[in-house]
Amino acid sequence: MKFTWFNLMPWPYLREDFREKHRSVWVDIPNTLYDPRKGHFLYHEYMDQLEFAESVGFDGIGVNEHHQNGYGLMPSPNIIAAGLARRTSHAAICVIGNSIALYNPPIRVAEEFAMLDVISGGRLVAGFPVGTPMDTNFCYGQIPALTRDKYREAHELIMRAWSEDEPFAFDGAYNQLRYVNCWPKPVQKPHPPIYIPGGGSIETWDFCLDYDYNYSYLSFTGYVRGKQLMDGYWDRVAKRNKDESPYRGAFAQIVCVGEDDKEAEELYAEHVKYFFNRCLHVYPGFADPPGYRTIKTLKAGVASQLTEGAMNRFPTLTWKELVDERFVIAGGPESVRQQMEEMIKGLHVGHIFCLFHNGDMPDAKVRHSTRLFAEKVMPKLRNMWPDWADDGRWWPKPMEDRLHPEEAPGKDRVWTNRAKAERTVAHNGDGRAAAGHAEHRHGPREEVR
Amino acid sequence: MKAITVETKRGARVRVLEGGEGQPLVFLHGAGGLFAENPFLDRLAKHYRVYAPELPGYGESTGEDHLREMLDFALHGWDVVEKLGLDRPYLMGHSMGGMIAAEMACVAANDLAKLILVDAAGLWLPEHPIPDLFALLPFEFAKLLFHDQAVGAAMLTGGLDFSDVNAVAEFYIGNAKNMGVAGKILFPIPNRGLSRRLYRLKAETAIFWGASDKLTTPEYARAWKALLPHARLVTFEAAGHMLPYEKPEEFCQAVHEFLG
Repeated sequence: MKFTWFNLMPWPYLREDFREKHRSVWVDIPNTLYDPRKGHFLYHEYMDQLEFAESVGFDGIGVNEHHQNGYGLMPSPNIIAAGLARRTSHAAICVIGNSIALYNPPIRVAEEFAMLDVISGGRLVAGFPVGTPMDTNFCYGQIPALTRDKYREAHELIMRAWSEDEPFAFDGAYNQLRYVNCWPKPVQKPHPPIYIPGGGSIETWDFCLDYDYNYSYLSFTGYVRGKQLMDGYWDRVAKRNKDESPYRGAFAQIVCVGEDDKEAEELYAEHVKYFFNRCLHVYPGFADPPGYRTIKTLKAGVASQLTEGAMNRFPTLTWKELVDERFVIAGGPESVRQQMEEMIKGLHVGHIFCLFHNGDMPDAKVRHSTRLFAEKVMPKLRNMWPDWADDGRWWPKPMEDRLHPEEAPGKDRVWTNRAKAERTVAHNGDGRAAAGHAEHRHGPREEVR
Repeated sequence: MKAITVETKRGARVRVLEGGEGQPLVFLHGAGGLFAENPFLDRLAKHYRVYAPELPGYGESTGEDHLREMLDFALHGWDVVEKLGLDRPYLMGHSMGGMIAAEMACVAANDLAKLILVDAAGLWLPEHPIPDLFALLPFEFAKLLFHDQAVGAAMLTGGLDFSDVNAVAEFYIGNAKNMGVAGKILFPIPNRGLSRRLYRLKAETAIFWGASDKLTTPEYARAWKALLPHARLVTFEAAGHMLPYEKPEEFCQAVHEFLG
């Protein structure tokens, strides 16, 4: 099992009457509610938490992209990921992801993801969401009916940019580039693991299976509701005669661990309710612009049946309802372990994106919950899929000789042997040459303090 | 009016309502599509040979994948005219249909007899932003589109019972299909640079507008008039964006006066 510690980065200063005063937390939320000076402390608090998650043993640390959004303060997750790449060296850096249909040209994503993969020494998980209607259509103005087509083209361009060794011309319907020549290229070959976050579009399942990408279901409605959709995905996997490795699937889940059930409620209830009652207050008119979903998906009714009923209840959900109906997994370590196991087996997934920070939860509580999970729950869930223990197809393969930049501040580091390493590399005429590599391994470790 | 289906050279299959005798008059519907009943078309058919094609993606018409950008929509319009075998028809477009008709008239300025723009889309005035049709909830349409909301609501839904979940789902899917196509030229801002091409327009033009249009407000009628100084501007009291449906009698009278 792989556990990724995920932070949505919500704005924790929405007032109690937010729902009454404003129609949406997303798209047209008044930007006067944002205070950059508070934001300064908040970004650092949130990034510290991600780094803390690595230190207690999480396999991955995760960020995502939202725009004009009061519960997601990362219009550019790559900026956060770049910071994390310099302050961690073990965890996978899961950027789930960049909405590739938004970038003109999307070669920008190929470049930035390659940079992240290189800086992190090959620890990047690259997510390619189609993007929510709020982000893609209403904030970034993409035409709903063409979004999927543009997404497909962006995907083709990025993958070719990563894989081809010569500059090539790309004559697309949305992008015309005479010289595509990705500099730098990613460390991981042929490319970093690709995750496709989806919300229930049938086409997305097939897309994942066409290319053997991971399908990640990111919902806030919990694993009981998620099961219907994931079952649909696994049916599709079987129909396509693909192996049923649980690592083909990922699921996002809110998790709150206390010393016991009672403490979990005392510590976390108000913050989880803040998330559901205020953060998820999205104007319904932004949820599904005509043309965004295909008629096939609308007719299948998968997404709407699953989520609409639940969404209508967000404003009034009580802690008891949130826990009993498994919107959240909460309780003491043993109770959380049982629920996690039920979820992992029920959904047949090898990756969980765990949401420990919720709403306006203060740092100490976030760390308490995270630490309890890491120490008392995670070790007992490691061997859920013994038959697939060696299946590393959907996890990064970092450089073994990568740097550990977090171990010493950059200002104290002296690159004694860099010049020599560069000479060796130049002499071989090949950046991948073994000799140059070996020099580099030792150079930066000789630090002067 | 009876329905026929024609296939354009490009491969779109288009359902066309046709009827009446006289000079050919092609009507291009708005983003909502044709209604089940279109009384103004029946009236016009008393004086003209009326053709009302449904855009690909609307009703039974197919081939919407051929339509990606504004030029595709304009050329598709001419493809249909050609397939119908019409020579210099009158062109009349309502709302999004007006935007397409105006574009057609700029692309092939000699191929139409006269042009009527009815509460037409296609312009954008930053000081009068048009409400976002794509973020509206179903029950909000009537108050934007009609002078008389109650009558309008019934017309829009064909008397649909909004407490019937299946009926609403069907309405929702139909609307998603139509507006999905419309979004290619209307989303996120219904402006594809038409005002830069209007200098090409030669046909005698009339601009018809509902005085209480709350979607494309009367400021837009004045903007069209400013861009087309020779056009005739006619404003209809107690009519909203759906002018032809709300005031069929006065509307058809004005069409007749302009076309002769």
